[in-house]
Amino acid sequence: MSKKILLDKINVPGIKTYEVYRQHGGYASVEKAMKSMTPDEVVEEVKKSGLRGRGGAGFPAGMKWSFIDKKSGKPRHLVCNADESEPGTFKDRYLMEFIPHLLIEGMITSSFALGANRSYIYIRGEYMWVYKILERAIAEAKAAGWLGKNILGTGYDLELHVHCGAGAYICGEETALIESLEGKRGNPRIKPPFPAVSGLWANPTVVNNVETIAAVPWIVNNSGDDYAKIGVGRSTGTKLISASGHVKNPGVYEIELGLSVDEFMNSDEYLGGMSSSRPLKALVPGGSSVPILPADLIFKTANGEDRLMTYESLSDGGFATGSMLGSGGFIVYDDTACIVRNTWNFSRFYHHESCGQCTPCREGTGWLEKVLWRIENGQGREEDIDLLWSIQSKIEGNTICPLGDAASWPVAAAIRHFREEFEYHIRFPERIKNRNHFVAEPFDKVRHLVSKQTV
Amino acid sequence: MKVTIDGQEIEVEAGTTILQAARMIGGESVPPAMCYYSKLKGSGGKCRCCLVEVAKGSDADPRPMPKLMASCVTGCMDGMEINSKNSDRVREARQSVTEFLLINHPLDCPICDQAGECDLQDLSFEHGKSKTRFIEEKRTFEPEDIGPNIQLHMNRCILCQRCVQVADQLTDKRVHGVLDRGDHANISTCISKAIDNEFSGNMIDVCPVGALTDKTFRFKSRVWFNKPYNAHRECTTPGCCGKTTVWMFGDEIQRVTGRKDVYHEVEDFICNECRFDHKDPADWVIEGPRKFDKDSVINQNNYTQKLDTVHIDTEEGILKGREQDRKKISMPAIPLDKEEQEEFNNGNL
Amino acid sequence: MERKHYEQEINMTETLMNRINELLSHYPEDKKKSALLPVLHEVQDAHDNWMSIELMDKVAEILGILPIEVYEVATFYTMYNLKPIGKYMFEFCQTSCCCLRGTEDLMDYTCEKLGVGIGETTADGLFEVRGVECLGACGYAPMLQLGDFYKEHLTKEKIDQLIADCRDNKIILHDK
Repeated sequence: MSKKILLDKINVPGIKTYEVYRQHGGYASVEKAMKSMTPDEVVEEVKKSGLRGRGGAGFPAGMKWSFIDKKSGKPRHLVCNADESEPGTFKDRYLMEFIPHLLIEGMITSSFALGANRSYIYIRGEYMWVYKILERAIAEAKAAGWLGKNILGTGYDLELHVHCGAGAYICGEETALIESLEGKRGNPRIKPPFPAVSGLWANPTVVNNVETIAAVPWIVNNSGDDYAKIGVGRSTGTKLISASGHVKNPGVYEIELGLSVDEFMNSDEYLGGMSSSRPLKALVPGGSSVPILPADLIFKTANGEDRLMTYESLSDGGFATGSMLGSGGFIVYDDTACIVRNTWNFSRFYHHESCGQCTPCREGTGWLEKVLWRIENGQGREEDIDLLWSIQSKIEGNTICPLGDAASWPVAAAIRHFREEFEYHIRFPERIKNRNHFVAEPFDKVRHLVSKQTV
Repeated sequence: MKVTIDGQEIEVEAGTTILQAARMIGGESVPPAMCYYSKLKGSGGKCRCCLVEVAKGSDADPRPMPKLMASCVTGCMDGMEINSKNSDRVREARQSVTEFLLINHPLDCPICDQAGECDLQDLSFEHGKSKTRFIEEKRTFEPEDIGPNIQLHMNRCILCQRCVQVADQLTDKRVHGVLDRGDHANISTCISKAIDNEFSGNMIDVCPVGALTDKTFRFKSRVWFNKPYNAHRECTTPGCCGKTTVWMFGDEIQRVTGRKDVYHEVEDFICNECRFDHKDPADWVIEGPRKFDKDSVINQNNYTQKLDTVHIDTEEGILKGREQDRKKISMPAIPLDKEEQEEFNNGNL
Repeated sequence: MERKHYEQEINMTETLMNRINELLSHYPEDKKKSALLPVLHEVQDAHDNWMSIELMDKVAEILGILPIEVYEVATFYTMYNLKPIGKYMFEFCQTSCCCLRGTEDLMDYTCEKLGVGIGETTADGLFEVRGVECLGACGYAPMLQLGDFYKEHLTKEKIDQLIADCRDNKIILHDK
């Protein structure tokens, strides 16, 4: 059994409620931080912990905190990013739904560290029932004196509210989230200035993922050094992984970073292997945006080393033979899945979610989807594969925010590792008419046809 | 601060953007800009046409920037070295953006009133290809009537949002904006409301393409058949400078616009009264010809160069068609009579 | 783009106004616009799950902002409906992870059972089937959203039961 930091009390009956949460040591980090530490000392502990942003980018949280502009004297804000919308990711929802006070405790301790007096949790609109859970939890915390004026008699004031979105993946990008919190369209801002200098209402702002903030109470209660002892190298601590697709036990798991992908996939403590007797075909280890890995690169890196659940190991080999840990959306595919159809599905998602502000993403995501749709529906042309490659390369790196990259990478990786499947779709349109075309006849059984056909 | 763009050094003040510095240098290193507009706050950063390569961040931090940067919103740093036209990467990125802007563009220049003064035409001329790789159906929008003076043609729009900024910054009650999202985002009032603010006409001038054009000039002429003159009048509208360019055809004023500089930005905004209501030359003090950049098509019919009378070399008897075609369609079953045959042989049928 | 106009009876009840005022209190006095998204949710929930132009104008008035600012936001986010829709909207998540678990077949089944296509409303105005993008329930697929709640681990039998429950008025759409 590996160490649990976030979910260690998840099975305590009634942990959703304030009373039970408090009885089990809840809100201790607030007491410890406010009574025996300065805000800067809290920041220092988080820095020492090596905790990295759990939303996908993996930027060190303590460093992000230290960038916040304290000199200008403007009010500061902490905003929690609970807009979880990356396909394959549903860990934040699990945390908020089943142990809401952990997030609220983290928000109070973190706001104290940043000197923020007005903080928000931005939750996606679809999680409406979780929004209500958080609202009630905040009311409980406030009634118990953990929020409001002069908390614990320290003179520190904090107002915490939940704010709901209304259906836009792009609001997970921190500046789009801030725009949305200001009551505007979720268009990402042009950086600089970064939110640490000019964020919510032009005030210095830090935006952190739910899981990042939920890790703060443990770090404060123990120490940054203790946290850094868990994990491997620069991948410290534990991480929530959302597992979905063709696995036996889909769901949310807390793992120590450094666990091997093999153990996570196949041991009964975690995913318990595949959902049926069909073989593993591919894996998306970190949410839809990260490159897909073919079966031979999942458990071993290109160098033949064991692939581990760490930021470094999953990206070993770069995009040529690696991927990314991202947000921990672990999507498993068996050989009934069609990579072309899956790539089209992801492209449709990014096309649907592009905000439309900058040219390459607005025009390019739609183009990718249309070409992929043609190939998947038997109207592809040989030159379409190179066309897809070209379009994605023209979007990547040329957009305002990372959505352009996120739309490009899955397409690039699919072509890189599964080019033959695209060729099969183009050369044998009559064999892919049924959308479940690989269920009866997996690609491995028909792969030989592709090489025989010369064009 | 010292910055170097394509090997050309220039001293600039702190707070200058790369694009502004490039414009100070001038010439071919100036990046194209479809959404940035120096007179509108918050413009720029969206079209991605002005991407440049920062080969050296600054003297203090000489590392190159990994991604191409939008020059209109990236500030200069002391010692910064920038590649604009000199960089293959930059040229390729601009070609990509041009291709993206064109895939859904209707390419209806022959019937577009903006043709001849269109930034997208210029961009395509410089960075576009004459072939398309886009074989899908183009995106179209239902038309919307936004009032008597301004024609909105959404299919041509590139969503630079300059017109929204004009409405925000020049007028007090904005009634149009960007609706919907992604590639279906569109400029609209949502309720087909007439845009009737006294400064709304400036939306036309700031529009880089033919999405917003002057309804009073619609289909009247091609811009290069007009002769532009600088003109002014005593305008009583508060905030209007009264200085315009009038576009004349003979003695008739066909169109009034703001005075646009070499980057196609107006020198000053004008009111709708000046723009739409004074088409009588007697209302204006004509100052003299308005000059345009030397390659502009607008120069084709103006007073700065003498043009030869156009003589169309029509082939004698062109309407009768070519010899080989006449033979092909002649019908041996119904032979010509003798006289007709002779005429036919002479090519006079 | 020209939009069709729909009539709607506007009813800003006291309960609704109280809730709006509570939401406004979450933001600084001079930042009322920030409350726009949550306020639109409340207003929509109280008006048969859709909003007319007039209703959005009302929201603009309450927040002291321009109507166009409300339209811009309401058209950007997918959860706001700007035309009348079916009372029970089955929003199936159709992103990849759910498709791996058979969402597409289930959507076909539901459409066939209700006699509608995707995006259509049944003649009695009771049901509507939609495909939406990732709802963050990938491990519990296939699933759909109905009002404020998720229905997960769906099967054909569960769909049948859900439809029957809707018909019997046993389904609560909003948690107020």
